[in-house]
Amino acid sequence: MNPFSSGTRLRDMIRAIRACKTAAEERAVVRKECASIRAAISEDDPDYRHRNLAKLMFIHMLGYPTHFGQMECLKLIASPGFPEKRIGYLGLMLLLDERQEVLMLVTNSIKQDLNQTNQYIVGLALCALGNICSAEMARDLAPEVERLLQFRDPNVRKKAALCTIRIIKKVPDLAENFINPAAALLKEKHHGVLLTGVQLCTEICKVSTEALEYLRKKCITGLVKVLRDLTNSPYAPEYDISGITDPFLHIRLLKLFHVLGHGDADASDTMSDILAQVATKTETNKNAGNAILYECVATILSIEDNGGLRVLAVNILGRFLSSRDNNIRYVALNMLMKAIALDSQAVQRHRATILECVKDPDASIRKRALELVYLLVNESNVKPLTKELVDYLEVSEAEFKGDLTAKICSIVEKFSPEKIWYIDQMVKVLTQAGNYVKDEVWHALIIVITNAPNLHGYTVRALYKAVQTAGGQETLVRVAVWCIGEYGEMLVGNSGMLDVEERINVTEADAVDVIETAIRCHSSDLTTRAMCLIALLKLSSRYPSCTKRINDIILQQKGSLVLELQQRAIEFNSIIERHEKIRSALVERMPVLDEATYSGRRAGSVPAAVSTSQGALPKIPNGVVKPASAALVDLLDLSSDADQAPSSSGGDYLQDLLGVDLAPASQGTNQTDKRGADVLLDLLSIGAPPAQSSSSMLDMLSSGQDNKSAVGMLDNLASPSAPSAQASSPGASSSMMDLLDGFGPSPSVPETNGPTYPSIVAFESNSLKITYKFSKEPGNPQTTIIEAQFVNKSPDIYSNFVFQAAVPKFLQLHMDPASGNILPESGNGSITQKLRVSNSQHGKKSLVMRMRISYKANDKDVLEEGQVNNFPRGL
Amino acid sequence: MIRFIILQNRQGKTRLAKYYIPLEESEKHKVEYEVHRLVVNRDPKFTNFVEFRNHKVIYRRYAGLFFSLCVDITDNELAYLESIHLFVEILDHFFSNVCELDLVFNFHKVYLILDEFILAGELQETSKKAIIERMGELEKQE
Repeated sequence: MNPFSSGTRLRDMIRAIRACKTAAEERAVVRKECASIRAAISEDDPDYRHRNLAKLMFIHMLGYPTHFGQMECLKLIASPGFPEKRIGYLGLMLLLDERQEVLMLVTNSIKQDLNQTNQYIVGLALCALGNICSAEMARDLAPEVERLLQFRDPNVRKKAALCTIRIIKKVPDLAENFINPAAALLKEKHHGVLLTGVQLCTEICKVSTEALEYLRKKCITGLVKVLRDLTNSPYAPEYDISGITDPFLHIRLLKLFHVLGHGDADASDTMSDILAQVATKTETNKNAGNAILYECVATILSIEDNGGLRVLAVNILGRFLSSRDNNIRYVALNMLMKAIALDSQAVQRHRATILECVKDPDASIRKRALELVYLLVNESNVKPLTKELVDYLEVSEAEFKGDLTAKICSIVEKFSPEKIWYIDQMVKVLTQAGNYVKDEVWHALIIVITNAPNLHGYTVRALYKAVQTAGGQETLVRVAVWCIGEYGEMLVGNSGMLDVEERINVTEADAVDVIETAIRCHSSDLTTRAMCLIALLKLSSRYPSCTKRINDIILQQKGSLVLELQQRAIEFNSIIERHEKIRSALVERMPVLDEATYSGRRAGSVPAAVSTSQGALPKIPNGVVKPASAALVDLLDLSSDADQAPSSSGGDYLQDLLGVDLAPASQGTNQTDKRGADVLLDLLSIGAPPAQSSSSMLDMLSSGQDNKSAVGMLDNLASPSAPSAQASSPGASSSMMDLLDGFGPSPSVPETNGPTYPSIVAFESNSLKITYKFSKEPGNPQTTIIEAQFVNKSPDIYSNFVFQAAVPKFLQLHMDPASGNILPESGNGSITQKLRVSNSQHGKKSLVMRMRISYKANDKDVLEEGQVNNFPRGL
Repeated sequence: MIRFIILQNRQGKTRLAKYYIPLEESEKHKVEYEVHRLVVNRDPKFTNFVEFRNHKVIYRRYAGLFFSLCVDITDNELAYLESIHLFVEILDHFFSNVCELDLVFNFHKVYLILDEFILAGELQETSKKAIIERMGELEKQE
């Protein structure tokens, strides 16, 4: 009895589900059905198992979970009857896949079915095996399948062949066993078996070189004959499709030739005739014919060179390219990418058509065409091609713009013949699609600009004009703002005019307008605004007449909620208002950024975090944004490991930027150091007398335990005036001295080169006296051991006595715990504490120390501070 | 290799889904949803090929049904377009002027036909006549 012949229950269920008007109704029906199926399963009811599984499969197709039915599949497969097995295998393939362990349970049933004589049952088992077997099952059942490759019934043979494909994909080692039977299949007459045999051979060759060799030697001539017979065969109604006999077999044979001929000249020779025949004789008015031609072209392009054939292939592709059928054009574009590698000249001839395809309304074709155009670009055609692409950028759709922009930028960068053309193209791209341009691209643009001094004027004027029309493109605004900041005087002065330019009249106010608009615009993000602030600072120096206005604009950002902007605004405002003298030096022209380093850096794999901070560099003239602290420390490395050569590779790009390149550019910086130090002072509000400010600084420079980080924090605040400070050591030490409250350069104590040094009175006040005794460790001249002695000069006892010290960066300080924290009165006792100071500038700079002493006397907290300047020289 | 075959109507309901690669249930639903979105809005004049993740989807619309085939990047698109057409012809012949409802109520038979046409992600038989005859023989076994 065929349970489907009455089919009431299954059919009824389907009808019921389809009749549901809402999802909730459907869920209710499904739930009911699942419940009754589950009940039947638990009762182990054999009668309706078949029907239940069919219903379960339908429910599964609707998207509901059906795991509880998996065991039912197994039970059905194990039943003796064909209908049960059939539905069981069907359910198995639908509800399970190779990753589930339940599948293993089926292995035995499948094995038994594979050994049956009934070819239909064998077929069922092979089908299931071929679709979902796992690697273990493949291994277990491979011998059975191998035997079945020679079964009497062709249906079984073809299924076995495809099943073998899956087996060798899962377990490539088994491939060797199948080489001979696979080759035998190639002699079949039955199309189905032949087709599957060819497919099997193709797969085996991909997996096993041994098979490849064998087939190349033994089977090529046979295969050529098969293809020839097929091509020449008369009308065969059973396999005819659009007038061609079995195009699928054609295509599969060609694919096998592809694999056999690739890399082997002899094989390629043997097949060249038949390939030529197929290429020339196949009908092209129907899809089937074109499919064969396409495969033929693919094969020709991958086998060893045969000049005539290749020309034929590219010509066919050219014909495809002008076809009206979109599918054909698509495959042609695809294949041309391969052809370019082999014969770029031939493909160049079709450049115009390909360019047209970039503008096609179909997204798939546009994408392929763009990829192809990218491969076609070379030095001679880059200009017209880019022009076309940039023109198209204007009208292209938003989703395509991203791709297109990236490709154009890439082309322009790689092939630009001269800088001015590069800048022109980039300005155009930025104007059209600035928002799609990636960060590295516009950074690279800025680098190129700095490297082209003769074009500075031209560039800034071009950008100014562009921003007037396309102010919405943020990247364009950023580049423009940077350039206006750097080259502002060239903009208003019309200097460096090239022949192709017209005079434009830009006043200083106009230029500041541009930046003001950018900074005020709601959609400008942090980067843009930050860049605007820096640019304004630069302009305040280049346009002295606008200083007031610029200052006002900067002041508006003082209250910004973003820390970065607030900080910059305050700092720049301070520079403008109080440090006129050093301002111009601070904002001098940026040093030329080294293209080679930068592009080398980009080419290598730069970690994202680092690259974003370094990428940010070109826009920051003097300051450091917030890169890794390592960069900061190096930046203000006043303890300068002076021989530290800025390393281009790996190391901080920051050093490159502000290290070597700075030297030639900053002639006047030495004098500025003192003033630079003043800036530092002000910035840290150290000059302010109240104790809290200096104590707050000293708080940072803690009790000397971890000096390096403390001074590092100092560096943080001191950042904006960095480069001036770094330039020279003596200047640096004096600035550091000034930092520690301007006591002036270290006093010249007579040089004592001997190992003993006189002790000094480090500090003396009415209430306290501190003496230092020095000693050096033998063999370690850089380190000085200081024994500090504290004596109480007053009649009160001091308690909670704490001594803190701070040193400049070139020194390192370690403090041992004090001997006590109660200081008896009137010198009746003392507290001693051992300090260890390491001088990395030993011999060049002498020690300096700032002290802070706190204690409690008469229930009052007392704080005293001082600086020790009278260290013996040579320490 | 064919990775999966999906038949969907215009609303996105899946009428047939056969996977030749292992996928979780949730991933399958996601895939079906994405493929539907990809093909349903395409202009009929455009190509029948779309890029999908790292593979290609070759699709064709017949009346209200979209037949989508996902294949490897290196496969011959035109050939698979022909195979879709062959499959539709077989269905048409088997069900005598097939319509969507036939496929819904006889889904198990559609799977059986598919299993005679494609196995392990590759074409098994290219003769419509042979497949129909085989289906007949199988029916007799029931």
